[in-house]
Amino acid sequence: MEWFTITIDGREVSVPKGTTVLEACRMNNIPVPTLCHDPELTPSGACRLCVVQIEGMRNLPPSCVTQVAQGMKIETQNPKVRAARKTILELLVANHPLDCMTCEKMGNCSLAEYAYEYGVKGDVFAGEKRDLPVDNANPFIIRDPNKCILCGKCIKACTEIQGKSRLDFSFRGFNTQVGPAYNIPLNESDCDFCGSCVSVCPVGALTEKQMAGKGRPWEVTKVQTTCPFCGVGCNFDLNVKDGQVIGVTSNPQAPVNGKALCVKGRFGMDMIYSSRRVTTPLIRKDGVLVPAEWDEALDLVASKFREIKDAYGPNALAALSSAHCTNEENYLMQKFMRAVIGTNNVDHCART
Amino acid sequence: MAGLATSFGSGAMTNSINEIPNAEVMFVIGSNTTEAHPVIGTKMRQALAKGAKLIVVDPRCIDLAEQADVWLRLRPGTDIALVNGIMHIILAKGWEDRGFIAERTEGFEKLKETLQKYTPEYTSQITGVPAEQLEEAARIYATAERAQIFYTLGITEHSCGTDNVLSLANLSMLTGHIGKESTGVNPLRGQNNVQGACDMGALPNVYPGYQQVSNPEVRAKFEAAWGVPLDPNPGFMIPDMFDAAVNKQLRALYIMGEDPVMTDADANHVRKGLKALDFLVVQEIFLSETALLADVVLPGASFAEKTGTVTNTERRFQMVNQAIKPLGNAKPDGEIICELANRMGYPFPYASSAEVMEEIAQLTPQFAGISHERLGTQGLQWPVPTADHPGTKFLHKGKFNRGKGLFVPCENQLPHEQPDKEYPLLLNTGRKLSHYNVFTQSSEGLIKNSPEELAELNPIDAKQIGISDGDVVKVASRRGELNTKVKVTERVPAGMLFMTLHYAGSPTNVLTNGAYDKVTKTYEYKVCGVKVSKL
Repeated sequence: MEWFTITIDGREVSVPKGTTVLEACRMNNIPVPTLCHDPELTPSGACRLCVVQIEGMRNLPPSCVTQVAQGMKIETQNPKVRAARKTILELLVANHPLDCMTCEKMGNCSLAEYAYEYGVKGDVFAGEKRDLPVDNANPFIIRDPNKCILCGKCIKACTEIQGKSRLDFSFRGFNTQVGPAYNIPLNESDCDFCGSCVSVCPVGALTEKQMAGKGRPWEVTKVQTTCPFCGVGCNFDLNVKDGQVIGVTSNPQAPVNGKALCVKGRFGMDMIYSSRRVTTPLIRKDGVLVPAEWDEALDLVASKFREIKDAYGPNALAALSSAHCTNEENYLMQKFMRAVIGTNNVDHCART
Repeated sequence: MAGLATSFGSGAMTNSINEIPNAEVMFVIGSNTTEAHPVIGTKMRQALAKGAKLIVVDPRCIDLAEQADVWLRLRPGTDIALVNGIMHIILAKGWEDRGFIAERTEGFEKLKETLQKYTPEYTSQITGVPAEQLEEAARIYATAERAQIFYTLGITEHSCGTDNVLSLANLSMLTGHIGKESTGVNPLRGQNNVQGACDMGALPNVYPGYQQVSNPEVRAKFEAAWGVPLDPNPGFMIPDMFDAAVNKQLRALYIMGEDPVMTDADANHVRKGLKALDFLVVQEIFLSETALLADVVLPGASFAEKTGTVTNTERRFQMVNQAIKPLGNAKPDGEIICELANRMGYPFPYASSAEVMEEIAQLTPQFAGISHERLGTQGLQWPVPTADHPGTKFLHKGKFNRGKGLFVPCENQLPHEQPDKEYPLLLNTGRKLSHYNVFTQSSEGLIKNSPEELAELNPIDAKQIGISDGDVVKVASRRGELNTKVKVTERVPAGMLFMTLHYAGSPTNVLTNGAYDKVTKTYEYKVCGVKVSKL
């Protein structure tokens, strides 16, 4: 592999040929703001916020679509670069609602983060603001086109990760919008509700409906875990606030799936709190299942198992283990049947 | 699992999920991947966007069929004939990999003999697939540099399921498409821990790591580790259990995290078996249809409430990390089993699931290098024989686990029950995108999104029966009946009714046939005869 030596903000670094300037900066912990960039998506150079100055180039090139060359001298924070970025942010904020205090994205909004860093208040370019209807008709996603900054990441996630291409830009100029064909609500479109678009949205244009109003990012603990549904083994973060799971967010480090999930993994975890949950032992008395203490239930099971084993032998007992339980639990179940009961009568439904 | 273990020596997906986007050719048979394994489906679509070729074999016009280079709409239950026919063409055209066959396999001559009669004409007659399409599929698959087969329950849930799998293994070996990156045979596992439940020996004939209970040396190892004598005879498989319960050979059943009343074929027979037991214990997170029949219900904890590991379809052990306390008085399933063992005089003294994993690693060579600590956020793909082994991305590189790959020729076999005059429609079953088995119905959002069964019926049949889209109909088989709403669509061929297994209101498995594969005893969920009538 060919390596290039370049200089970023006076620091000499080496990066492999084919690296973009943005990647070179991030590899070396040099911050560059981006709104439309995502490592899982092809770069588009749409938001222009990642502009840098490169010696010998006439304009300020967007670093996400500029490849490094040997000896390149890059400046990421000089006044000219910062002024250009600030203007871009002023233009975005000029047509963005400033209801941040009630916005779901507060604390996790890239636009707000950069506006804060660059001192953008939205008072430079006063003008018309969008007033479009919010799409809230489906159970999973709230789509507020008024907050959209047209970065195009949701479009790319739907096309490049999901291969579905359900979203695209429509109209032109000030009227540009992102949505499904004919701008119909998501639930009337062919959207599968995988939520990949939500996982990449840098602002509050696409948010999880089930998590709305349930907690701020700084109040939430994220616990990486493996999805309980199919055998793909997607990982995601359970979002926990005050001991309650309030929803699921993508974990970009997930080894199998990255940020991609399906409708079940992303939006099905309210099943944890389903009213069908059984949360106390039940014993059948006079034909009816009634609540019981653990000791009573376990003593009963142990004595019945012993009784049946003594009367009919260990092979009169059997167990169904579970393809939904953990490895450790399956191990314990087969050990219980083999070593404690004394039978190989243990199976589960997915022997195929 | 049994099929691939016979052919290759190991019953698991040979490749990794992240090899899919770089696929050159994908041969998808009996797998509605984009709905049943959605994120693998997205990886397949990524491969298609990069120019990969796709062969789909499915009686239904599934999403992937619409994107396929060739879609083979076979008659359900004729997979062996179809694969044999494709292999016949490959041999006739000289597209086989002679070097691979000579060096790495055995049994080729017998296969060749069996394939003789599967001419394109004969195969076409059995499968209903035009000969040109068979040849096109053979050409695309055999002449590729890298080609992967993907299958799931559309292959295994037949009374000839094991032979279906053996046939696919034959196809891969005939063309040398195995043991390389993006090249192999890939069964996509159903639930989150199907692979792990098998790996852990929750099977009547093997201890963890597929170590045979009938092998005296293996048994001696486990007897020494567990300190008790162990039964040398394999136990009951699931269908045997319900039969044994009915004839009082089996008296007590302990069910953990399964709902056989909803998910096993011929549900009425299952119910009868469960009711015949002296004692039924159900350990569950939901008050399921099966739990409602129990003498004792023990409340388990959901995945969010416990720590442990699960193994995905690509053999990757991954962590399940506890996020919240168990709800109410619920307890993690592992803890409940330990408390029962303690009460029965055999202490299970584990302080954590990590300690259980240590014991698994000690007793199972292929997991010897796995610990919770090592799994971290990225997991490890087995085999992981030592503590510094990095895990195994794809299997059978250079050598099969059993040494040489074994060709096992198979003849086409008819499904146990075919449609007839009385039950003229073929019932096919499966999943849909928005639900997972009988689990996700507890999610309010998912139920709102997809509230009820919509059985798929071809317009020709709908017209003949006199029903239209959205009507509620009665569906009956020899074993039971139910009501369901109907969606009239050409997604299914004429003569077929397709239903999912997701809804208690339309419990499809009262209809399905309890016939099963002779080796794995997997039920034939995919084919039986039904009749549809107006209400």
